[in-house]
Amino acid sequence: MRGILVRVLPPVVILIVALAAWEIAVRAYKVPVYIVPGPLVIVQALVRDWTTLYPSLIVTVLITLSALTAATILGVLIAVLFAQSKWIEMSFFPYAVILQVTPVVAIAPLIIIWVKDTATALLICAWIVAFFPIVSNTTLGLNSTDHNLLNLLQLYGASRRQVFWYLRLPSALPYFLGGLRISGGLALIGAVVAEFVAGSGGIQSGLAYRILEAGYQLQIPRMFAALFMITGTGILIFVILTAVNHFALRRWHESAVRREG
Amino acid sequence: MREAQALVALRGVDKVYSNGVVALQGLDLAIGEGEFVSLLGPSGCGKSTVLRLIAGLGELSRGTLDWSSVQHEIGFVFQDPTLMPWATVFNNIYLPLRVKGIARAEAAPRVERAMEQVGLAGFGKAYPRELSGGMRMRVSIARALVAEPKILLMDEPFAALDEITRFRLNDDLLALWASQRWTVVFVTHSVFESVYLSTRILVMSTRPGRVSSEVVLQAKRDASFRTSVAYAEQCRTVSARLAEAMQA
Repeated sequence: MRGILVRVLPPVVILIVALAAWEIAVRAYKVPVYIVPGPLVIVQALVRDWTTLYPSLIVTVLITLSALTAATILGVLIAVLFAQSKWIEMSFFPYAVILQVTPVVAIAPLIIIWVKDTATALLICAWIVAFFPIVSNTTLGLNSTDHNLLNLLQLYGASRRQVFWYLRLPSALPYFLGGLRISGGLALIGAVVAEFVAGSGGIQSGLAYRILEAGYQLQIPRMFAALFMITGTGILIFVILTAVNHFALRRWHESAVRREG
Repeated sequence: MREAQALVALRGVDKVYSNGVVALQGLDLAIGEGEFVSLLGPSGCGKSTVLRLIAGLGELSRGTLDWSSVQHEIGFVFQDPTLMPWATVFNNIYLPLRVKGIARAEAAPRVERAMEQVGLAGFGKAYPRELSGGMRMRVSIARALVAEPKILLMDEPFAALDEITRFRLNDDLLALWASQRWTVVFVTHSVFESVYLSTRILVMSTRPGRVSSEVVLQAKRDASFRTSVAYAEQCRTVSARLAEAMQA
């Protein structure tokens, strides 16, 4: 309990000090609200526009989570395929890299043209961004099994399937979880970037669209409110995935076990 | 030792690795049932290679490897404990039986017995990282025992341990060997350890690896043996043989 307090308190204090400084500075220099609004004005905007912002938040979160789920399932399956043979890995890995290095902003317009349903198009864009860390990390993990353990299973006459389930998969777990933590943030970024490219989308509009819309109307406090909601979502995803990571590895992996001083 | 009794025999064995290194050349050795044989030699003499070949973890480049019986369960203990860090002590020891498709409930008494034999009773739920180096090595030995091997192959299993732990594990291993009557092939670079443990020592020379001489030991080994004159004399003999092997 004390440990949590010690870890949470300092960043919270910093946050409060920074917000107070921001509010004081905005008031002292009389900065107009349409350039930089103070935190209090932003909170007011958040409360006032909650009825439009909240549905948008749900849209963005749903796209992010579906993209992350798809990236996890397909990423792991493809990594497993790569781990079956060096040839498959060498043949297909470059294309995974191409998918990764192509900026999503550049291909989003194409995908939005090709795919009729906007939600699906956004999902594909977010998936492209989130997919690579999971594939590359899980592949690395599957190939990092202790050689002597592999020898041992060979000695006992284990089948390929047994080697995979008993050794390769568990030793890949920390790598996979590391990739998942990166992909969680990237899925959100991918979803928001794609929403920006897609622009208006009728009723089913995400937070990025709300930012664009507020910008056109010079509703700067609402822009900030939407921006904070995106950031908050990103932090929440990170915290949840970190907790999952800790829970899965706490008994055995160096990264999750506390060092005794 | 007479040929007819050999449990496993290697005849005229060469082993050349794919990078061209000749690890073994013209190696002959036979291990009899119930023996405790140490392979003693400097690093790079191919003693670990011999063990891996006996275990079937590599192809012979030339020569033959013969077993006296078709059925030969092998237990292997590596220099590192080589445990699965994500699995409990119980699950680590259960691994060989799990591979054989034996159900957990059915395997449990055998796993418990192996744990008792090496002094790990009550540690089933612990994870490897929660144990000391010596305890981890005990888990590794229990895992080798659980499949009830006919022959136990040990590749410098205690090299990384401190002397106190090492002596204790030496004694425990001897007690187990005496009660279970297995055959043990033990790789080491320690003269003192090999003399203390073995019934026979094969001294190996390097480049290319082969057996250069053999020392048969007949001593009743117990705690007082370590400080006895007989022990010191045998160590001197084996040291001299090792020195010859390294000059040759």
